[in-house]
Amino acid sequence: MALQDKYKELIATASSAGIEAKEQGGVLYVKGHAPSAAVKDQLWNTYGRIDPNFKSGDVVMDVDVAGVASGSKVKVTTQSSSLNIRKGPGTDQPVVGKAEHGDTVTVISKTNDQWWLVRNSEGKEGYAYAQYLTAE
Amino acid sequence: MTSKQFICAAAFAVAIFFSACGPKDQDMTVTVTESVHSAAPNVNSNVSDGVVTLTGTVSDEATKMAAEDAAKKISGVKSVVNNIVVTPATTTTPVTIAPSGALQQGVIDATKDYPEVTATVNDQGEIVVTGQVTADRWKRLKVALDALNPKRVNADSLIIK
Repeated sequence: MALQDKYKELIATASSAGIEAKEQGGVLYVKGHAPSAAVKDQLWNTYGRIDPNFKSGDVVMDVDVAGVASGSKVKVTTQSSSLNIRKGPGTDQPVVGKAEHGDTVTVISKTNDQWWLVRNSEGKEGYAYAQYLTAE
Repeated sequence: MTSKQFICAAAFAVAIFFSACGPKDQDMTVTVTESVHSAAPNVNSNVSDGVVTLTGTVSDEATKMAAEDAAKKISGVKSVVNNIVVTPATTTTPVTIAPSGALQQGVIDATKDYPEVTATVNDQGEIVVTGQVTADRWKRLKVALDALNPKRVNADSLIIK
């Protein structure tokens, strides 16, 4: 129960957004769909406040933003560089196109949590790393 | 006193009269209990001087509020003290942990843009991150690593600049 106590605020925030927090083997797993990017940010900020720099390693938080449907436009949120669009879902796959930081791309389908099939503004289609794509 | 003022005062007096002679606690208890139970079966209610106190445990905030609303709508209830505790239901389904093969590929993809860190998957299915990284970049990387469904992310030896 120590984890439940330590992360009480995080669990409450997650719970109010309909996100489940489950303790297993000394790790708290927070997994689910956030209703908006703001809620996802709020959860990560709360987590970071309780465990500065996420050093304890006692939480695994996998929260994606619900509502990114096929056909929707998403923004490229790399730190500054352009985003690679690849032939297949993996960094070992050849780069077939790019999308600049701040550009929007169209989501064709979500292959998995990590890789989404997208189309850039030039019409090039391929797989991009989902962590660098943010719903508008 | 104008006639309008008089009507207002009379209406106010009638309202006071009726609330003072409102349904008795014991009569209300049954109605309140039924109403609250239909919203939240595990919540107990107690009525005292028209004040309903709700106690018990529910699995989410919505049920807690629904129980309160259910009590409030009963005539004669002056106020509701909501002492319901929200405890998310603990289901027995275990958390999905990625097999280490998938995790290894995922770690390679996630750390491609982070040459300053080394991330490996150990025997226990943990991602072990070492190196030196800025707090901001580490946060972004941690978000990506957690999304791979690891058992845990071990950053014990990671230096945050």
